[in-house]
Amino acid sequence: MFQIVQKRALNAAGTTLQMTIAAPLVARKCRPGQFVILRLDEYGERFPLTIAGFDREKGTIDINYQPAGKSTQMLNLLEAGDCIADVVGPLGKPTDMEGLHHVAVIGGGVGCAIAYPVAKGLHDEGIEVDMIAGFRSKDIIILEDEMRANCTNLYITTDDGSYGEKGFTTDKLKALIESGVQYDEVIAIGPTIMMKFVCQATKPYGIRTVVSLNPIMIDGTGMCGGCRVTVGGETKFACVDGPDFDGQLVDWDELLKRNAFYKEEEKEAAGHVCRITGGVRSHG
Amino acid sequence: MADMRPTRHPMPEQEPLLRNQNFDEVALGYTAEIAQAEAARCLNCKNAPCMQGCPVQVHIPAFIGKIAEGAFGEAFSEIVQTNALPAVCGRVCPQESQCEAHCVRGIRGEPVAIGRLERFAADWHAANCPSDGAQEAPAGNGRRVAVVGSGPAGLTCAGDLARKGYDVTVFEAFHKAGGVLVYGIPEFRLPKSIVAQEIERLERSGVKIVTNAVIGRAVSIDELFEDGFEAVFIGSGAGLPRFLGIPGENLLGVYSANEYLTRVNLMKAYRDDYDTPVKRHRRVAVIGGGNVAMDAARCAKRLGAEEVTIVYRRSRQELPARAEEVHHAEEEQIAFRFLSNPVAVHGDEAGHVCALACARMELGEPDASGRRAPVAVEGENFLLEVDAVIDAIGTTPNPLLRMTTQGLSANAKGCLIVDDSNETTRAGVFAGGDAVTGSATVILAMGAGKRAAAAIEAYLQRA
Repeated sequence: MFQIVQKRALNAAGTTLQMTIAAPLVARKCRPGQFVILRLDEYGERFPLTIAGFDREKGTIDINYQPAGKSTQMLNLLEAGDCIADVVGPLGKPTDMEGLHHVAVIGGGVGCAIAYPVAKGLHDEGIEVDMIAGFRSKDIIILEDEMRANCTNLYITTDDGSYGEKGFTTDKLKALIESGVQYDEVIAIGPTIMMKFVCQATKPYGIRTVVSLNPIMIDGTGMCGGCRVTVGGETKFACVDGPDFDGQLVDWDELLKRNAFYKEEEKEAAGHVCRITGGVRSHG
Repeated sequence: MADMRPTRHPMPEQEPLLRNQNFDEVALGYTAEIAQAEAARCLNCKNAPCMQGCPVQVHIPAFIGKIAEGAFGEAFSEIVQTNALPAVCGRVCPQESQCEAHCVRGIRGEPVAIGRLERFAADWHAANCPSDGAQEAPAGNGRRVAVVGSGPAGLTCAGDLARKGYDVTVFEAFHKAGGVLVYGIPEFRLPKSIVAQEIERLERSGVKIVTNAVIGRAVSIDELFEDGFEAVFIGSGAGLPRFLGIPGENLLGVYSANEYLTRVNLMKAYRDDYDTPVKRHRRVAVIGGGNVAMDAARCAKRLGAEEVTIVYRRSRQELPARAEEVHHAEEEQIAFRFLSNPVAVHGDEAGHVCALACARMELGEPDASGRRAPVAVEGENFLLEVDAVIDAIGTTPNPLLRMTTQGLSANAKGCLIVDDSNETTRAGVFAGGDAVTGSATVILAMGAGKRAAAAIEAYLQRA
């Protein structure tokens, strides 16, 4: 069992939250870009979440999540002191930082919670990092102070203009590139559709663009093949070959379709959380 | 005097058309009366040819003799001297090509039903002596051995070493121990409670099991040695699914058998009280002819598919599955398309599978495996209308350990290279099972685990 040490909301609206979990085996070696798979209890499904932070000495890891589907809603019903049945990791390859000097890190919504540790990891290595964090509106902004403290320049965009600059992350990125900023890499982390658009935006400039994919998977060790994505015409397993890939080579439309495969089941399950179990399972 | 009736006692089973709608065990097991009557068919041959066919050398005539006498507990003790997982082996071993293939009674008539008797002894013991240890564990010698993977190879190796007093820790990547026994083989063929029972028995004999531990990522083999383990056994299996590499394999509704079976078996997606989803497809094609293909097909049927077809590129004679599994699948109304080789998966506009295109094949000259190689017949392609395709064409070892461990050599197929005593190219690191052979059987993996345990003991006594 893995105990939740701390839980906190990352924004005023409470749409994104963070948990610190005691997982010594994961905390021992994990690096930015890697993920864990959780299973809440005997009846739960296995689902991946990116490792958002870690404390090697205390043996804890942080995960950030947005209560959306059934499992994340159930997760959100747990509080500090409660336990999660299974946490396994670190899984996937860490983000490759070698040879980078100036990087733009793009985070979209809850994806900022995942983009942030990557930006911090790069910044800690002495790499110049421009972070562009996009949100729908002001009330769901997360980690602003943390991001600001761990990158060279932070640009916040909101779709409705309620904070920072009005517009999408891709608008800001294009403006920066057009103004003459030279990036040797762009790293995009967020909703699949945002990552696709970031890749479209950088393509004309020929800037290498790395994306962190989050497809459907079960084991996270290369066993099920459910997370296969087509990259440069070849089938790759996101769990072991990724989760980071060259975004210009990813078959985005296939990925979008594959990620929506269990949409109906997910929708039905999510509706069941409070109505039937109230989040508490009578058995197990 | 042995009972000379030429035929074995049939196994009581659930009716085919009832069982293909539930996940309960197909074979119900011998009663004590049937078991004793079947045991009486054994000639108790002095040279015990049956034992030569057993990778773990179960004392077959001895345990059958005990069953004939009605000493069921003693029969069990006889088996577990060499076999750590009798309830499993009695159910999933390909006995017809192993012990039973060598049975003298098989020359004129049917061989003694050794597998069914083994299962009977194990089930009798579980029902009547539920808290027994595998055997009395001797005083620990304080020497630590790490086992990577809790499948048949790892569990056998761990059980043998624990029995000799070693302090054994098994590391499992999944949340549950058992490897292919829990994620791969379905409930109706091997109930998970049986696997849990066998594992609990090993734990009582001193084996420690750590789940959620991905060796190679969380902890390297080198770190295991630094942490005080003196030898390591790798029984990490062949977990990497193969795909055919034909167009359309990433369409929605194409699965590896690993994924499909893991959803159903490990994650229990067939039960409403479990969260993992599984699609209820109408028409399913399963590609391949092994036990895994039969398992996937029979699961799909149980999940409500109207038509399930096994698509196999060779003919019936070459099917690698156990005879009983093929027979059971046929009884359960699984269709077979032999001499058919998939060439493409077709999808609809939304990206869902709608058909499997196949080439008709004929058998040519024998290939490297000694089986006649299938060759495509020109211009004879056909379409199977399906909404799901399950690839069950084999698996290869997971590359994680060899990528993260210095000095561990593998062949071109990714299988770890070992010597006669199952030691890898790295001193103190042993390996066995599918990680070495590529996908094979439970019992061969157990045999390798057993050999490795003996070799590890010899190695540690030298060290």
